[in-house]
Amino acid sequence: MKLALTDQEVAFRDELRAWLAETLPTVPPEPPHDDDWQAKRAYDTGWQRRLYEAGYAGIAWPKEYGGRGASPTEELIFLEETEKAGAPYVGCNFVGTLHAGPTIGAEATPEQKAKYLPGVLKGDNVWCQGFSEPGAGSDLASLRTKAVLDGDHYVVTGQKIWTSHAQIADYCELLVRTDPDAPKHRGITWMVMPMDTPGIDIRPMKTLAGTSDFSEMFLDEVRIPVENRVGDENDGWRVAMVTFSFERGTAFVSELLGSFRLVADLAEVARKTGAWDDDHVRRELAIIAAELEAQWALTKRNVSRAARFGTAGVGGSVFKLAYHDTKVRLGDLSMEVLGRAGLALDDPAGLSAVDHVERRLYTLSLSIAAGTAQIQKNIVGERMLGLPRER
Amino acid sequence: MDLEPTDDQNTLRDELRRFVSARVDHDARWAAAAQPGAVDRDLWRELGSMGVFGLLVAEDAGGVGLGWAEAAIVFEELGRAAVPGPTIATALAATIDGLGLDGIVDGTAVVGLVEAADPLFVEHLDGLDALLVLDGGSVTLADPPTGTTPVEHPLDPLTPLTMLGAIPTGRAVEGDDLAHQLRAGSALLGAAFQVGLGAAALELGTDYAKDREQFGRVIGSFQAVKHILADAAVGLEVARAAVHAAAVARDERAEGHRIATARIVASRAAHTATEACIQVHGGMGYTWELDAHLFLKRVLVLDQGPAPVHAAVGAVAASL
Repeated sequence: MKLALTDQEVAFRDELRAWLAETLPTVPPEPPHDDDWQAKRAYDTGWQRRLYEAGYAGIAWPKEYGGRGASPTEELIFLEETEKAGAPYVGCNFVGTLHAGPTIGAEATPEQKAKYLPGVLKGDNVWCQGFSEPGAGSDLASLRTKAVLDGDHYVVTGQKIWTSHAQIADYCELLVRTDPDAPKHRGITWMVMPMDTPGIDIRPMKTLAGTSDFSEMFLDEVRIPVENRVGDENDGWRVAMVTFSFERGTAFVSELLGSFRLVADLAEVARKTGAWDDDHVRRELAIIAAELEAQWALTKRNVSRAARFGTAGVGGSVFKLAYHDTKVRLGDLSMEVLGRAGLALDDPAGLSAVDHVERRLYTLSLSIAAGTAQIQKNIVGERMLGLPRER
Repeated sequence: MDLEPTDDQNTLRDELRRFVSARVDHDARWAAAAQPGAVDRDLWRELGSMGVFGLLVAEDAGGVGLGWAEAAIVFEELGRAAVPGPTIATALAATIDGLGLDGIVDGTAVVGLVEAADPLFVEHLDGLDALLVLDGGSVTLADPPTGTTPVEHPLDPLTPLTMLGAIPTGRAVEGDDLAHQLRAGSALLGAAFQVGLGAAALELGTDYAKDREQFGRVIGSFQAVKHILADAAVGLEVARAAVHAAAVARDERAEGHRIATARIVASRAAHTATEACIQVHGGMGYTWELDAHLFLKRVLVLDQGPAPVHAAVGAVAASL
């Protein structure tokens, strides 16, 4: 085991640092945190374009379809350095660069790769995900949006939900039911839905944090060309799951490093409010800081496993559960330190309350999105400990 | 960067696990508890011949010449069996240049380590050949006082305690920042040992949950039970990574606050896991005959030092 970087990794880091130092001053200011999604799209895709021009786009994608082909450790360095330098996050490029793109890379035909992947890398196209449905959440494979073959098109009707960036996306990676009589995992097909196809009705939903981060999507006889299907008909469940098999344990790097900053900032706020004189506050913040540091070590362990074995395995579930638990306590401590100053998001007291309170609210989604904490605990209990499934 | 154990490190872990699980099983633990104060000298020499005490000692000085990363792996395995005796203290004593005490590496000498405090409880006093005393920045090597009596009811049946009225005198041991180094080593190996105790408890609880039936099915299939064990597994995975990172950082002389971090999370994870084991066993978990409480009680002993967990929390707080 070693923590020190190899010469090659140091060279990668130094080159990246130099590029960031040169490039970040020329990046336009981040649009305000409201629902101006076109402005967010312009900002996020503008950054993706910069990455593309510098050769950092698709950092973990294989070189054969235009990626950087970086090792898991180099990807970790990339995420750490960009976060520490204050570079833009992946934002609305998330589904394209980290889910739909890699799926297409692994499963699609050469023609499909040539059609879709360059647009992701260059920041020309934004993707969204049409997986969950009102009746198919944790039990995703029970999805019912149906696709019926009609000549050289599928006619798709149904409803999707929790679709982030639907209102600004060009394409949607869509799961549909093509065989209603097959066992539920074997009647699903994966396809690309262009978002300008007639019959798509997008209705943004407001989250408890007050912004419209995701939408409902109503599909009414949407005609999708058969050539947009990736993988075989009724093999979509396997296609959708393939990205999990190259999970590298890097999904929460930016999030985690952001939390280190929140801890440091909360210590400052506590000194201003006098809460720092309270031994309980100092010690609880120390324990939280220690847990985050330990989760950073776990991240390095997961990345090392991915480098060695090709995947971090259940390490991603382990990280998510541990991290959520710590974040809840950090959020609660933030509210305690802020006191009544935490009751107004306008932050008239000038204590950076908005950051802390927004994160406190956002933390509520961490134990729900991309597999609830309860599902993650089942995964840990069953795959790591070998406990039987509940019947 | 590579925080996954190497093949050699995995082999070391497997060898230790095989040896320790065969040598220090349930019966051996209770045999040790029946002889308060004694240290099993045969076991000590066997541990010595396995290299446990010479791990951190250079090969030309008769040791194994490995690093803290390997030590963390080995002490987790000792924790898995709740191996009785001052293993951490003896392994740390072996690292002190010019201590002037023979037989530490090969396991013929048993050395204790205590932080001067009030009350002054020394662990395994009757079994010691020598006692290292940490007092602020000073380290002394004392002959264990004789004519003392262990307390009648130590919290941990496997950790006999003797209360001393005064700090034993001895000769000063010099060394670069030695007191700090001994505390850091003790915190790190204590954290590794606690991860092992937690892992043993998790395994005991998981095995039981796969076997015990209620309402016509094994209880480990119920999510209410499964999630208790999953929480324990999560805590231990994170803590193990933190312990390994701290050990590697110490080898690379870049430890920063990583040892304090590891100390804090390992303790919390070990509490969660040992308590989960007791909870999953239901009424049996609350009995004397199940080993679960031995794991928990050793965790509680290790929390108290040297370099106690509360000091680690204070150290991290001071850095914020």
